[in-house]
Amino acid sequence: MNDMRMETVAAGGQDEPVQMNMIQAINSALDVMMGRDPDVVVMGEDVGYFGGVFRATAGLQQKYGKNRVFDTPITECGIIGVAVGMGAYGLRPVPEIQFADYIYPALDQLVSEAARLRYRSAGEFIAPMTVRSPFGGGIFGGQTHSQSPEGIFTHVSGVKTVIPSTPYDAKGLLIAAIEDNDPTIFFEPKRIYNGPFDGHYDTPAKSWAGHADAQVPQGYYRIDLGKARIARPGAALTILCYGTMVHVVENTVAKLGIDAEIVDLRSLVPLDIDAIEASVKKTGRCLIVHEATRTSGFGAELSALVQERCFYHLEAPIERVTGFDTPYPHSLEWAYFPGPVRIREAINKIMKD
Amino acid sequence: MTDSIESGAVTDGQGRNLPPLQLHVPEPPARPGESADFTHFDIPAADAAPRPDEATHPSQMRDFAYGLVRVLDEDGHAVGAWDPKLPADTLLRMLRYMALTRAFDGRMFRAQRQGKTSFYMKSTGEEAVSIGAALALSRDDMCFPSYRQQGILIARDWSIVDMMNQIYSNKGDRMKGRQLPIMYSAREAGFFSISGNLTTQYPQAVGWAMASAAKGDTRIAATWCGEGSTAEGDFHSACTFASVYRAPVIMNVVNNQWAISSFSGFAGAEATTFAARAIGYGIAGLRVDGNDVLAVYAATRWAADRARANGGPTLIEHFTYRVEGHSTSDDPTAYRSAEESSQWPLGDPIARLKQHCINLGIWDEERHAAMDQQLAEMVRDAAREAEKNGILGHGLHHPMESMFQDVFEDMPWHLQEQQQQMLDEWKAAGL
Repeated sequence: MNDMRMETVAAGGQDEPVQMNMIQAINSALDVMMGRDPDVVVMGEDVGYFGGVFRATAGLQQKYGKNRVFDTPITECGIIGVAVGMGAYGLRPVPEIQFADYIYPALDQLVSEAARLRYRSAGEFIAPMTVRSPFGGGIFGGQTHSQSPEGIFTHVSGVKTVIPSTPYDAKGLLIAAIEDNDPTIFFEPKRIYNGPFDGHYDTPAKSWAGHADAQVPQGYYRIDLGKARIARPGAALTILCYGTMVHVVENTVAKLGIDAEIVDLRSLVPLDIDAIEASVKKTGRCLIVHEATRTSGFGAELSALVQERCFYHLEAPIERVTGFDTPYPHSLEWAYFPGPVRIREAINKIMKD
Repeated sequence: MTDSIESGAVTDGQGRNLPPLQLHVPEPPARPGESADFTHFDIPAADAAPRPDEATHPSQMRDFAYGLVRVLDEDGHAVGAWDPKLPADTLLRMLRYMALTRAFDGRMFRAQRQGKTSFYMKSTGEEAVSIGAALALSRDDMCFPSYRQQGILIARDWSIVDMMNQIYSNKGDRMKGRQLPIMYSAREAGFFSISGNLTTQYPQAVGWAMASAAKGDTRIAATWCGEGSTAEGDFHSACTFASVYRAPVIMNVVNNQWAISSFSGFAGAEATTFAARAIGYGIAGLRVDGNDVLAVYAATRWAADRARANGGPTLIEHFTYRVEGHSTSDDPTAYRSAEESSQWPLGDPIARLKQHCINLGIWDEERHAAMDQQLAEMVRDAAREAEKNGILGHGLHHPMESMFQDVFEDMPWHLQEQQQQMLDEWKAAGL
């Protein structure tokens, strides 16, 4: 249990934490926020009566009614456009896009409208929405159930992009995102909904049971956006990662027995630049790992920032382990996925210099 | 061969169907140098359309999507079931708002030509669409306009100096000079922030209306787009959402025949009306004489009463004509007949209401000329007032660092750094 958690639980004056997987933690965050704020509404394809294709909204419609949790037509631009209008009215919508791969029809509403509304109206109208969407690969999802489009959103002024890696963080970050008055893209790594994934696809799947970060308070707590988490302190090398890759990296580092500092970014915009700088200046080496394709991916921004700010502390070139610049393949998933083999090779390369 | 014969197709003996397929690319009735002809438009008599009950099921509204709701006849008399029978002072207010909108447009167009601003868009010939609707709605109903509904702000008595400040992007501009001229935002006037991206406001209006309904509020939403913009996907998603949730929203399509250089045929007008789009969604559709401010008022009142009674959305097509170029960046003589506006069969909205008021004995040419004179002076004085706050490019804009504000509620570190870097660079350059 890290310090951050002790603080936030204490601040909330909390009930006993219980075991939750990431789905349950997200469900709990929505439940808590709907209970606290009558303006929070949940909408999306299959989120109402059925409770979502991943069960993230299970039971919410029954508890809060159809005026606050409702199924929508299958039109992503409509879902986000309607959410912008609801936000202009004064609601706090939490729309769901069933898979991040299907967020593109909503891009115009997200990029041209939600992201710019506060700016273009000088604050007259705002878009306090949180767009939840399952993302990432590792589930044999093929081309359209595996993508990691976070780099598209980090490039857009006016939206925040948040990605949790544990049930505890998922709930605290989602609560913070819902409370935030800026539009937030909340990408949920679906590979770790039910358990942390260490990158070894050929071993039995693990559940969150027994994981320290799966003990989740049942009530309200928040993890401020823009604060990274040191998933593993270390001195030899800094590894910047988020989502599923945090667990893959943790496992690989443990097996290699290397004293790497693993920084789980949690929030890409705003980014915890202080945590990144402090870590790289300490270790002198930096590896960046993400599932998304390489060219113009968020790793390129991270690499540039580290180079600009830590140049005189660097003892080796910054390395990136990412998805390849191809559409996400089905049968060759494990050759594509930036797993233990590729991470190990990159670490060895950095440490040689 | 055998298959083709069995399917009934005629072949050329070598297995190919005859005749060859043809792609239909629409062509407007008249190009530059040609004479304009609108005789193919079917304009029903002003008293032809009956007025259905506001609770009429959408399936019974089919004829209204193909007809034309009109009130003012060719002689300026209010006739038929849709006559809203407005009191004299309301009629004269309508006339004044329309005339003020035209005077404002004229002044701002000239301001652009004088280099005082970068851009302007007039609404000449379409003033009735905004003014009629604005007077039929409550002030606290939320409007989601496109860029050619400046009349709504004027009909809601919004400060024209404030509008000009926005057009000049000066230090008085509440949008802090961030938006292209005419992209107003006036929350107090129920006027949603205008976006350059077409039809995005459509689902937003539906969402606002859904929120109002979900909260048990009494306010409704209204939105506007041009006929060209109905081709955007947002139009479809908005109509679907509005229908599914029976949202209290009025969706206006201003069919002014032109989307920049593309005539309405490129949005589908050769095959159907825009009001008829409503039929497939199960939405009530009305097609209205958009140059008849009383018809626009009456149709909007009908739709507003329907929405307030939980009768659901209405789609209104306003049949009108874009008299001027698309914007100050456009020259319409490059793609359409110069005769068109004079041949337009529905006339001029201001002239038609003026004639109606004269017929009623509440107005005359002398008073009209005096009003135009007074409005011109008022707009000129407002422009002088606004110009004291600066015009585009003359330095009286918001401070440079304001560029970085309002991207987010709180400025994150990367924007703070960029702001500081910009200030340092300008200082280093001695500026």
